[in-house]
Amino acid sequence: MQPLLFLTLLLLSAGAYYVGRRRALAVAGGHIRNLHSLPSFYGSYAALWCGLPALLVFALWAVVQPNLLVDWVVAGLPPELRDLPPDRLNLVVNDLKNLVGGNFVSSASDPVMVEAAERYRQLRAIGNTALWVVVLSFAIAGTAYAWRAISPAFRARNRVEGVVNLFLIASSTVAIFTTVGIVLSVIFESMRFFRQVPVAEFLFGLQWSPQTALRADQVGSSGAFGAAPLFAGTLLVSAIAMLVAVPIGLMSALYLSEYATPKFRAFAKPALEILAGIPTVVYGFFAALTVAPLIREIGSALGLHVASESALAAGLVMGIMIIPFVSSLSDDVINAVPQSMRDGSYALGATKSETITRVLLPAALPGIVGSILLAISRAIGETMIVVMAAGLSANLTANPLEAVTTVTVQIVTLLTGDQEFDSPKTLAAFALGLVLFVVTLILNIIALRVVRKYREQYE
Amino acid sequence: MSTTAIDTQIALNGALNRNAPIRQSAGAQVTDYDNRQTVGKITVDNPKMACREVNVYYGQKHAIKNVSLDIGANEVIAFIGPSGCGKSTFIRCLNRMNDTIPAARVTGLIKLDDDDIHAKEIDVVQLRARVGMVFQKPNPFPKSIYENVAYGPRIHGMVNDKAELDQLVRDSLERAGLIKEVEKRMLEPGTSLSGGQQQRLCIARAIAVNPEVILMDEPCSALDPIATAKIEELIDELRENYTIVIVTHSMQQAARVSQRTAYFHLGDLIEIGDTDQIFTNPRHKLTEDYITGRFG
Repeated sequence: MQPLLFLTLLLLSAGAYYVGRRRALAVAGGHIRNLHSLPSFYGSYAALWCGLPALLVFALWAVVQPNLLVDWVVAGLPPELRDLPPDRLNLVVNDLKNLVGGNFVSSASDPVMVEAAERYRQLRAIGNTALWVVVLSFAIAGTAYAWRAISPAFRARNRVEGVVNLFLIASSTVAIFTTVGIVLSVIFESMRFFRQVPVAEFLFGLQWSPQTALRADQVGSSGAFGAAPLFAGTLLVSAIAMLVAVPIGLMSALYLSEYATPKFRAFAKPALEILAGIPTVVYGFFAALTVAPLIREIGSALGLHVASESALAAGLVMGIMIIPFVSSLSDDVINAVPQSMRDGSYALGATKSETITRVLLPAALPGIVGSILLAISRAIGETMIVVMAAGLSANLTANPLEAVTTVTVQIVTLLTGDQEFDSPKTLAAFALGLVLFVVTLILNIIALRVVRKYREQYE
Repeated sequence: MSTTAIDTQIALNGALNRNAPIRQSAGAQVTDYDNRQTVGKITVDNPKMACREVNVYYGQKHAIKNVSLDIGANEVIAFIGPSGCGKSTFIRCLNRMNDTIPAARVTGLIKLDDDDIHAKEIDVVQLRARVGMVFQKPNPFPKSIYENVAYGPRIHGMVNDKAELDQLVRDSLERAGLIKEVEKRMLEPGTSLSGGQQQRLCIARAIAVNPEVILMDEPCSALDPIATAKIEELIDELRENYTIVIVTHSMQQAARVSQRTAYFHLGDLIEIGDTDQIFTNPRHKLTEDYITGRFG
């Protein structure tokens, strides 16, 4: 019923477009140049007047009708049911809705309920018919209004563009509000966590053992929420990743932008960017099944003790994953240095390497720094590789050969399992998420500012 | 084309016969539009650079066709011609800037003093230190004013200590007529200067490596008339110490600053001669049309 109404509305709008266009041409005496706007704008104006108000009424109705129906049906119930406390009444209403939907419910045999369901169905049928009538009359009234408004001097383009503008604003706010919503939910859950665990203990405590007791008599599950080992682990893995990604990424960017032939570049740059398209879970296999055992074998051959899951393995593979971020962005900023800079340097008798080290790199440095910061925030937030290759033990260590754990890994392990959602264990995940969010946000802000400053340099 | 044989002979010998008229049409006036033989005397008494039978190809495109001319020591020679005539391409041959364009190929002989600039033993880096260049759009590096000028001396190891470098930077800025304006702001970025100042900074930067020849590729086309006047004045002063080749779209500018003028048309050198003569009494019909504003 409702999709049909929606389709009808669409058809009507299309019709209104046609009518509006015809009307515009008619009032202009058939000459488009007599009109303020192109005929299609008058058509769009009529279509908007036909569709938008009707659609708004439609949406409003869809929200309000079910509640109203329930109220009316409840009002018609016998007093002993109507005067139940709210939560019990809710159950009754749920039963009622199930009954209406044709599901089996415990009270199916209760004649009062059956009668109420019948009333509900009747009211709903009336409501839906009324909806059709109201929506369609809005559509027709809107079209009529637009039809009357159309005159040669009427500025249809400005109106239509205004509406389009509103649409664009609405679309962009969706993303913003979603972000705000996520941030707020993380903040509120974190506040609940910090009510149970002090902030200082969380940030600076050295002991991480988030096993809380399910029952009061359980032993060995005291719960310790000192996240310092997690931060250290994250830092260690990210640092190893950057040690891999920055030199390799920068060098390849330099080669691609300055030395490679256009033919090679056209092939190599997309190939490098494919690295960024590999799912991180695949990198995770690679780290856990290939790199980690390799490192362990090499380590034992050298007489070192290497854990089977090590920060080194995770960091190396993560570094490989991040290379395209550094190389591709750096390549772009190096390329963005104007050719006139290179010419100026060459014309002074500078060699290619002098030009690169003394002119191009300093000029592109802010952009390169920006790309590195973006890569770092990416490394800090990376999850799958560390889940599979870095381990779970919260060691406070700077030794890359030991197993460490990171913030993201702990969030995953905290939220997988059967804990209730108000225990410190699960809430800790939100606090960790908040820390992660704040850190990456700061990095991103710095990166964007740096990059923007760089962009202004040649303008 | 018997003159070609003579040219080739000269090129092979490596010695330039300064008095022999090379590849130029006889007769006073050329009225035939299709005659692309160079009119006028291409040689000078004391050449700083000499170009013979220079051809430039950009891929399939033949951008410069058999151009021969001398550039005299301490003279300002202007290259004029309509857009796309090859004058910028040609000036870029003189310090081998075309090497940086992968598709470009240059043939023919270009000599700086007695050195063939394409010879194996000539390092392009050294060549560009001897033949400096100033570009159409001012292109200071995103560094301080001081560092912009110090760039060349540093990469060529021309100074031994900071004091010498300071002096060289000051001298160069002085000769470029910029010192008074930037004396107190040497550490500010070069890009903070106005367009005309930036162009003079680029000239100072070129002077700092002590070149023998300065190539200027439309140095004033991005500048306002006042800045242009300053640059032109500067060019006149620089002539004392340097040989200057200037490409310009402005015929007035060519007339004001140069002693000799060469007119290019679609890759051919049509006419070359004393600036006075070119502008008052052009001998080739194409030159006359261009100068009188019939096209270009």
